[in-house]
Amino acid sequence: MSPTDPAKPLLQVRDLHKHFPVSRGWLRKRAVLKAVAGVNLDIAAGETLGLVGESGCGKSTLGRAILQLQKPTSGEVRLAGELLSGLSGPALKRARRRMQIIFQDPFASLSPRRTVAQIVREPLDVHRIGTPAERRERVEYLLQTVGMRSNALNRYPHEFSGGQRQRIGIARALALEPDFIVADEPVSALDVSVQSQVLNLLAKLQDEHGIALLFISHDLAVIQHVSDTIAVMYLGRIVEQAPAMEIYRSPQHPYTRALLSAIPVPDPRNNRHRIVLEGEVPSPLNPPSGCAFRSRCPLAAAVCAEQEPALQPTVNDQQHWVACHFPGAE
Amino acid sequence: MPAPLLEVNNLVVEFSTDAGVVRAVDDVSFSVAAGETVGLVGESGCGKTVTGLALLGLVPTPPGRLASGSIRLDGQELAGLDDSSWRSVRGRKVAMIFQEPMTALNPVFRIGNQMIDVLRQHQRITRRQARAAAIEMLAKVGIPAPDKRIQEYPHQLSGGMRQRVMIAMALSCSPRLLVADEPTTALDVTTQAQVLEQMVRLQQEFGMSMILITHDMGVVAQSCSKAMVMYSGRVVEQAPVTELFARPRHPYTGGLLASIPRIREQRIPELPVIEGTVPDPLNLPEGCRFADRCNKVRDYCRLAQPELKPIGRADSKVACYVPD
Repeated sequence: MSPTDPAKPLLQVRDLHKHFPVSRGWLRKRAVLKAVAGVNLDIAAGETLGLVGESGCGKSTLGRAILQLQKPTSGEVRLAGELLSGLSGPALKRARRRMQIIFQDPFASLSPRRTVAQIVREPLDVHRIGTPAERRERVEYLLQTVGMRSNALNRYPHEFSGGQRQRIGIARALALEPDFIVADEPVSALDVSVQSQVLNLLAKLQDEHGIALLFISHDLAVIQHVSDTIAVMYLGRIVEQAPAMEIYRSPQHPYTRALLSAIPVPDPRNNRHRIVLEGEVPSPLNPPSGCAFRSRCPLAAAVCAEQEPALQPTVNDQQHWVACHFPGAE
Repeated sequence: MPAPLLEVNNLVVEFSTDAGVVRAVDDVSFSVAAGETVGLVGESGCGKTVTGLALLGLVPTPPGRLASGSIRLDGQELAGLDDSSWRSVRGRKVAMIFQEPMTALNPVFRIGNQMIDVLRQHQRITRRQARAAAIEMLAKVGIPAPDKRIQEYPHQLSGGMRQRVMIAMALSCSPRLLVADEPTTALDVTTQAQVLEQMVRLQQEFGMSMILITHDMGVVAQSCSKAMVMYSGRVVEQAPVTELFARPRHPYTGGLLASIPRIREQRIPELPVIEGTVPDPLNLPEGCRFADRCNKVRDYCRLAQPELKPIGRADSKVACYVPD
């Protein structure tokens, strides 16, 4: 079961788990950190799923587990019908041609010793695509696509600003014409005026190439702008998922409401009521019983400690899913 | 009108680099009244952090130096103080909190010891009294079980808690002015809301003035009464916050406000952008530094730099030949 349209999504994620063993203390008591604890997702071709949550909620791990950059503990990931979880060696390498990632930090994700041309060409080299002349042509085309001048080719990453570096990272991600891209906080490190340039570029490229995009961000305003569907994550679980505009119009989960109300609004006359959450995100090594959010939830009742609420459609909207015993309650 | 608590006039801070001298802060003047919160906004590299550091005598020298200008705090001229005079000013009259609390706290000492050191540096009190004051301060900034937390090391605290410890430490000697450099940028949005709220409350309780350095216009809108916008080392606009948001006068301020991704009722096809990038600080244009990115640029904008001049009825100033 999944909250999105079952009509042949490009990417299907079913009951995905990613656990990390952690040893604690001198007795070496083994504990398990459940970074991703049973996630279901569908993303159609050309569609953007926005994944939002605070640091440590597991959103980056989920992105990496989907790409098989970190092997999932259990669960299934299918890309265009092909089962990715379980692939290895040459088969996995072949599958990787179809999926790419754009990283948050454009300073750490580009090798300082390689020229821009070498960086963007690397995926073509790895997968042995085209002749050297064809590769060069393709690199030039890609840089042009992301709005870089061709004199950038033989320069090094440090010669560029953060926004331009992120464009280089996007060109590299597009090199193999992937069907699916994970963009992990792609604009968080950028200044506002540059941020919107890169967001507009991403939206345009996705539109032109019909790519399915998993857009990971902690910023609810950014994610609203780029997403068709939004999923809110808390302690390894998706707690709410709905079409983008809908989740802002009528948030059902108390965590989503608190998140939305906490954003500083750039309007000094705005004096809306803020839901300030008490306490902090519990340790994922020792999550609360039942609903993981109950320790900070203003609505928590006895049932919340006993039963983990399942992610299910709300009464009046089959597109809007929420995992809460009291959805929509004030 | 009472004299302002802080008056900065024609401040210039320069850094020498291999490629030449960079003016990180170029002729900046402003004042902060007692009890007032002033926002200092701008994008990376605009000089906002260096301005803040200069107010505490913390510009790394060399390569940096306070080339000219005056900083008067509570009647005392700070520009040109020697190291030992600065030490008596810092913490007691002006304190600073930084963006990344993990690098600002010493990882090898318990937070209690770090707080006690600060208190005893400025006040003639016993260790025991200092410890009690530290615990009281931690409670004030909303740290649960402060008598236990005081025994812990910085790595044992979450990001939000560490920033609260920094705030507690900064406020422990009741400074007149707090310079807060992106205090909530490294925090999650729900924690950010908690910490901001706490800071505004404490600022009122202590009757202290605050300079809030941030890139986030939302934070400015919610916490400040006045704001200054910096671009490429200069203040381009200065106004009461309501005025600044209602009617930005400088095209850069307008562009910045428009390009913030904000939650909207309807989806818009494209976010408004400011095209181009900031000028190279080693190779600045003769005229207005925003000219190359400005959609209202005239020929004469490129001839000489516009001065920051009063505009309108409110207490606003703008450095633009063709203000909105």
